[in-house]
Order: sequence, then structure tokens, then C-alpha cells
Amino acid sequence: MRRLFERLVQLVPTTVGALVLVFALMRIVPGDPAAAMLGTNATPQSVADLRSQLGLDRPLYQQFVDYFLGLAQLDLGRSLALRTPVSTLLWQALGPTLLLTLGGTLVSVVVGVPLGIVAALRRGSWADYVASVGALLGISIPVFVWGVLLLLTFSLQWPLLPSAGAGADPLEVVRALILPSLATGFFQVGLVARITRSSLLSVLAHDYVRTARAKGLGPQAVIGNHALRNGLIPVLTVIGLNLGTLLGGAVVAETVFTRPGLGRLMLDAISARDYPVIQGVVVVSVLFVVVLNLLVDVLYSAVDPRVRA
Amino acid sequence: MTVGDAVDVPLPARVAAPVRPAADSFSLHGRVSRTVLRKPLILASALFIVAAVGSAVVVPTLPLGDPTEQSVVRRLKPPSAENVLGTDRLGRDILSRVMWGTRISLTVGIGVVAISALFGTLVGLLSGYFSGALADVLMRVVDILLAFPPLILAMVMVTVLGSSLQTVVVAISIGVVPRFARVARAAILAIREREYVLGARALGASTARIMLRHVLLNAIDPLIVLCTLLVPAAILTEALLSFLGLGITEPTPTWGNMINNGRLVLREAPWLTFFPSAAIVLTVIAFNLLGDAIRDALDPNTKDFAAPMRATGGA
Repeated sequence: MRRLFERLVQLVPTTVGALVLVFALMRIVPGDPAAAMLGTNATPQSVADLRSQLGLDRPLYQQFVDYFLGLAQLDLGRSLALRTPVSTLLWQALGPTLLLTLGGTLVSVVVGVPLGIVAALRRGSWADYVASVGALLGISIPVFVWGVLLLLTFSLQWPLLPSAGAGADPLEVVRALILPSLATGFFQVGLVARITRSSLLSVLAHDYVRTARAKGLGPQAVIGNHALRNGLIPVLTVIGLNLGTLLGGAVVAETVFTRPGLGRLMLDAISARDYPVIQGVVVVSVLFVVVLNLLVDVLYSAVDPRVRA
Repeated sequence: MTVGDAVDVPLPARVAAPVRPAADSFSLHGRVSRTVLRKPLILASALFIVAAVGSAVVVPTLPLGDPTEQSVVRRLKPPSAENVLGTDRLGRDILSRVMWGTRISLTVGIGVVAISALFGTLVGLLSGYFSGALADVLMRVVDILLAFPPLILAMVMVTVLGSSLQTVVVAISIGVVPRFARVARAAILAIREREYVLGARALGASTARIMLRHVLLNAIDPLIVLCTLLVPAAILTEALLSFLGLGITEPTPTWGNMINNGRLVLREAPWLTFFPSAAIVLTVIAFNLLGDAIRDALDPNTKDFAAPMRATGGA
């Protein structure tokens, strides 16, 4: 608990720093963002109107204070293109993206961990080989190539799964999630398998595992209750470290599979120069990384009692 | 994977090893060439990279068509004698576009690594060697940058800075520098308290000399490995940006924007997507295999410390 509290305290300056950086980034846009948004046929009057609407005519410190006061009330301003509050847009987009990130993690764990276990128990077997090659391919094939391939095979060639959208009823939601999750999670499958393998191998060499065996426990009890519990900690670390990447992958997968979500929102906002929305997506993605890393820390202490001390 | 196996030195080499001059067997070059070039897959990767770099350099002199020349009558032609890899929706020659795309990808890969190595090593060295306010501030900045998902950060940077080859390199580097700095700092911290460093200090060597000659030079192996593994990661990130329509945009050919283009006619004209995809995948695999091999050669005992980082840079 204390460790967790310390982590929480550590996170505060990092998060605040990141939020300050987002504020700064949105204000170093070369030239006038208002003019850039309105394009070439803007009148000075319309530029001035937009500047005051954006609050750009106020002094910088005032904008800075407003930004943080707004954040504290979950108010991120209004979208310029859609005229809706940014928080509403983010709220709508967050669901599908979180689902997809979860789906991607699930794919990498459900496929990667068993593969890693088999690879560790039967070194040099097909599973070992598949884990190694999978790890190499996972980090070498970009999300969109893998996504386009899946789309072509399971959606266009054999129309088994939907090629676009996020689905309306629960069944459709799951069906629409399968291919994007595979595309997003793939890069991590081999990585998780390899980490599981090497971590399990080092754990299996410990005395307590030998003791468990000597007690006459079957392989299932030895691996499942004793070895795996410690062996999975590095896997958690990798997943935690990669959450931001997974989110990036989800953004790309959303483009390939025409899914609604943060990626779609961000790209639309970028092409419309809708700065409040861009800012909102970045803020959410930073909070996403920070909060989920904290969650991984909580999981650590659930898996490893030593961490709790 | 063959790369991960114990180094399989053929018998004659084993016999010959002890008589080799010491300088060769311990030098970077000696260690790398002995382990790297003995394996066919690694050799193939190395040759592929040499060929890719070579063609990226000479592509303007090759007898290829103009990669941006459009032709209404030759739209979406499948591979033929005239257009070896076919043409795209605007009738542009795909072979020529893939070759010119190599240039962009390799420039980004090398550029990002050069910038990240320079600033990452500097930050790692300063924050690892000195302890105090400077180190704290530097590591705090690193932590802040690490809170951003790398791809999202690059997307924002490209939006803010505008899209060109240079801005894309800078935009990707901003996410890579803190990750490089982390590894550099860890390597420096491990060396800082070694006896020979204390010895050099006792002998009155200057701080700059100790930092560069005694600390950095001995911490350089993991950084070299990191560099080789970050090249493919940077290439992938650039491809992702181009694919999303950010970064380097049409008409300049990049592998990412070619795939984005081909995606719309995936069933009718799969060659639009296939060839640039193959180019990315083969190049990245070649760099990853070579990077793994260099890692094994420099230190067979290291764990894959770069694994999460590679993925982090890559997507």
C-alpha cells in the first residue's frame, strides 16, 4: 500500500509536466493557429473572432490557468469543427479504443503466455521455434500490413467478420473487435511468449521449484501454483511498458478497419486543424498511459506479495 | 530462431581462435565479424541492407521512370515487362516508387538514430555521471516524455511542426531520445563506480576525460546494440505516420503512403499494397536480425533489454 502511495505521489509531477508540455505544444504552432484553421480566404475579422473564441487573445498565463482549471473540471473546451464539447467527443471515442486496447492485450496474453510456457518446457520444440519467429515477425510487420492482410482474408475473401465499424449489439461488438484486436495484439504475442519462456526457465531453476517437485507435486501444480506466479511478473512489466505502444497500434488499426475511436477522432481533428480536440486526445492518451501503468503496479502487488511489503 | 542460439563456431575457427592476435579477438570488429558473418541468415540480412543502402544512394541514376509521373492510360496495370511491379491508381510505376521510398525510409531510420544517440547519450551521461539537481531535472523531463504514447507524440509533433522529411525525423526522435537516455543512464550508472574509474579520478584525470574515455567507452556496447535495433523501429514509425496520411505525403513516394493508397483497391489491384509491404517487412526483418546478431556477438549474456523498446519505437 505504501509503495503504491509513493508511486501515486511520484506520478503527480510527471503527469502535470506532461500536461504543461501539451499546453506548450499547442501554442508553438508556427504562425497563428486561428489563421491556419480558417485557411487562405479568411478575413482579418473572422481570424480575430476565432482568436477570441479560442481564448488566444488573452495573455499566456491566463490561458495557462484556464487550461488547468478546465482540466480539473474535465472541461477541455469545444470542438471548432463540430461545435460539441471536446469531453463529449472523447467520452464517445474512448470506449471503442479501450475495448480494442484490451482486445489487443488479451490476444497477446492468451496466445503468448501458453506459447511461452510450452517453449520453456520443451526447449527446441516447434513451440520454441514459433515463439522466436513470432517475436521477430511481431516487431517487424507493421500493424497496418497485418491489418490489411486480415481484412483481405477474413472480411473480403471470406466474409466471416465485418470490415468496418464497431458494432451495435453485444454480438456485433465482439465480432467487430476480433480482427482489429488480432492486428493490434500481434506485435506483442511473440514478445510475451519470449519473455514468458526466459522468465519461466530462470524460475524453474530455483530451489523452491525443486522442493515442490520433491514433495511429489505433479507438473501442473508445480508450474501453475509455484513457477508461473513468479514467472509472470516480467510479462506484466512488458505489457505495462507497451501499453502506450498498444494504444498507438489501436489508433492505426482504427484506420485500417474504419472503427470509431480516439485514432479516428485525432486524425479527423488533425485534418480539420481542430486544436482543442487534438489537445484533448493527447491529454487522454497521457492519462491512459499513466493510469494503466499504475494499474500494472497494483497487479504486481497482487501477483507478488513481496512487493506489498 | 537461429540468432538466439549459442554461437556455432565451426571447428577450424575454434582451433584457430587462440592464435589470433588479441587485438582482433577483442575488438568490436573482430567480435562482430566472427559471429555475425558465419550465419547464412545474418549474412543475407547484411547483404540485403547493403543492397538497400546502395540502391537508396544510386536510385537517381538508375534507369527507372519518374516516380511521380502519372499516366491515365496505364492506371492500375498489373506487373508486366514494361512496369515490373505494376502501376498505381495514377499510373505511376510502382518499382520506381518502392525504390525511391527506400531512400525516405533509410534516411529516417538513420537520422532518428543519429539524433537519438547523440542526445540520448548526452542526457544519459550527464544524468548518470553527475548526481544532483541537473540529473534530477533531466530524468524528470525524460519521465514526462515517456508518459506520451510514442506514435501519438509523433503525430502531434508532425502536426505542430509541419510535414517534411526533417520534421518527421525530429518528431520521431522526440519519443526515442528519452528511451535511449534511460538505457544510456543505466549503462553509465553501472560503470561509474568501477575501480578503474575511481583509479582514473585518483590519478587526477579531468572529469571530461573520465566521462568520455573511461565511462562512456566502456558503456558503449549496449548503446551500439540499441542503435542497430532502433533503426527498424524508426523505419516502422515513419511508415505508420505516412500510412495515416501524416508526415511525408503525396506525391513523394513512401512505403507507408503507398500502402495507404493501395488499401482502397485491395481486391482489384493487390500489387499496390503487396510490394511496398514486402519492402517494409524485409527491410525491418533484416535490420532486426542483424541487430540481434550484433547483440549476441557483443555480449551473449545480455537479456533482450531492447525488446520492449523496439516495440515501443515501432508502433
